[in-house]
Amino acid sequence: MQDFEYTAPTSLEGVIGLLSETWGETEIYAGGTDLVTCLKQGLTAPRRVVSLRNVKELKGITILDDSIEIGAATTLTTLLGNAELAKHATALIQAIEGINSKQMINVGTLGGDLCQRPRCWFYRNGYGLFGIEDGKSLIEDGDNRYHAIFGNDGPAKFVSASSTGPALIALGASLIVSGPEGERTIAAWDFFQTPQSESDRETALKSNEVLTKIIIPKNETQSATYEIRHRAGLDWPYVTASVAIGKEGTKVVLGHVAPTPWVSDAAGKALNGRVKKADAEKAGEVAAEGATPLSQNAYKVAMVKTAVKRAVLRATGQEEEA
Amino acid sequence: MSKETRGSDPQGVSRRGFLKGVGAGSAAAGFIGVGENTAQAEGQDAPAIVGPGDGTYTLNIDGESKEVTAEPRATLLDVMRNRLDVTSAKKVCDRGTCGACTIFIDGEPAYACSMLALEAIGHKITTIASLGTPEMMSALQKAFVKHDAQQCGFCTPGFIVAATDLLNKNPNPTREQVRDGLGGNLCRCGTYVGVQEAVLEAAQSMKGGA
Ligand SMILES: Cc1cc2nc3c(=O)[nH]c(=O)nc-3n(C[C@H](O)[C@H](O)[C@H](O)COP(=O)(O)OP(=O)(O)OC[C@H]3O[C@@H](n4cnc5c(N)ncnc54)[C@H](O)[C@@H]3O)c2cc1C
Ligand code: FES
Ligand code: FES
Repeated sequence: MQDFEYTAPTSLEGVIGLLSETWGETEIYAGGTDLVTCLKQGLTAPRRVVSLRNVKELKGITILDDSIEIGAATTLTTLLGNAELAKHATALIQAIEGINSKQMINVGTLGGDLCQRPRCWFYRNGYGLFGIEDGKSLIEDGDNRYHAIFGNDGPAKFVSASSTGPALIALGASLIVSGPEGERTIAAWDFFQTPQSESDRETALKSNEVLTKIIIPKNETQSATYEIRHRAGLDWPYVTASVAIGKEGTKVVLGHVAPTPWVSDAAGKALNGRVKKADAEKAGEVAAEGATPLSQNAYKVAMVKTAVKRAVLRATGQEEEA
Repeated sequence: MSKETRGSDPQGVSRRGFLKGVGAGSAAAGFIGVGENTAQAEGQDAPAIVGPGDGTYTLNIDGESKEVTAEPRATLLDVMRNRLDVTSAKKVCDRGTCGACTIFIDGEPAYACSMLALEAIGHKITTIASLGTPEMMSALQKAFVKHDAQQCGFCTPGFIVAATDLLNKNPNPTREQVRDGLGGNLCRCGTYVGVQEAVLEAAQSMKGGA
């Protein structure tokens, strides 16, 4: 790991002022649970690390009449203990419960979870976001068992590692981002993007912008997240499905299947408020349509069907035995 | 690092030049004063700007204030083990996946390998060394011995810290809750059954049961 300059300003303005206009020169440190590993693995070698630890305005949960505002540097453990979130953002809480390590969620923040870098093993071992060696994709013919089954027609074949992203999209959340030019609001769905070149990142953030707030509307929604995992301990899931069923319609968002969280409009429409077991099953079938699995990950298509079905049943209190 | 090179990074670009490059206008805003590498004002919980290169600061570990000189890139685990000779937290994966390095930060378990040491300034760090000694073991430590809850023992300090937290929060856990609650710790030797037995028995004995 290359050494760097470390600073911990006490205001958001201070943080923004210390961030570079170019990716890679500076990095933001929230809980550090992903960043420190990225630094060790040489995935980024910034000259300055700017910590959010002293910026009080980025921490905490504010309950408003029609929404819940979460500071981006609030720890995942803090979110788990919040009764209003349990009620209005069940899908988010269940996604956090899946990150089964007290040590991780005591330190990891919601902003950090959304911005965590891909876990693709080619990326983590130094072959770049697209896993290229000598101009050839190592992923297409290599061990791609954990890679994308949707949205993988471009160079990016990794999966978005965040489990909270799909939940926030299903819940209709918006994200507030601050930079030198001020503040902008981004729908959770637009926050995630698929990199088209190695110098792109996986979110809409610019290198000198900070994710400051996550705003969840307090709708009368029934929501849930269902994850399919290899093991109960700390690890990323194979596939997750977050669903939110409300007056405005039904949203189905898949996690860990594409370079971004993956919205299945078709599954949402297929349900359209109907939540009987047969409807849930149908939604799963529809969500899996159009998948383009790689050589070793077709098993994930079947998991999509099950995850969507079980998420719908879970959201509506009809949970079936796993 | 010598005085002459202090303002420079390893590429020889001066800090002032770098600061300018990223908007020096607001750079100082909200700062606790921009200082030397070693700047850490009394009573403030973080240095203004540290490194690149060594800085000196104080950590509170197992009730003792310990001064350390290290580079910003040093993790809490490396500073404890390599600079301060506090070896009670172990290094196994060094990337937040196994729990061998588990310590308490202000009473809450965390991975020392996945945190910069600078981030721990101003917080109380507690390792297994504070939970008991070979002569005066905690109920949980005794139960680990009795149930042979380790083989190589490398994961044990982390498991004991995590399980101590589990019992603090849930003095009467079910086996399922023990298994789930220790999801952040791995044992390569696979002594999970012994660990679960030990935690369940410690829960009983702490209530004065066994
Ligand atoms: C073994 C293991 C298993 C895991 N399993 C899961 C899982 O199942 N599901 C899941 O969702 N996550 C999982 N995680 C990831 C974990 O949740 C993240 O590491 C954590 O949430 C990151 O939070 P942090 O605050 O520590 O982020 P940091 O490490 O501080 O930051 C992560 C990235 O986000 C950027 N960043 C952080 N905050 C901001 C901000 N406010 N504005 C702009 N950029 C920012 C940083 O610059 C950095 O690039 C797992 C991690 C490990 C090690
Ligand atoms: S050494 Fe820290 S989690 Fe494995
Ligand atoms: S006893 Fe060897 S890793 Fe647990």
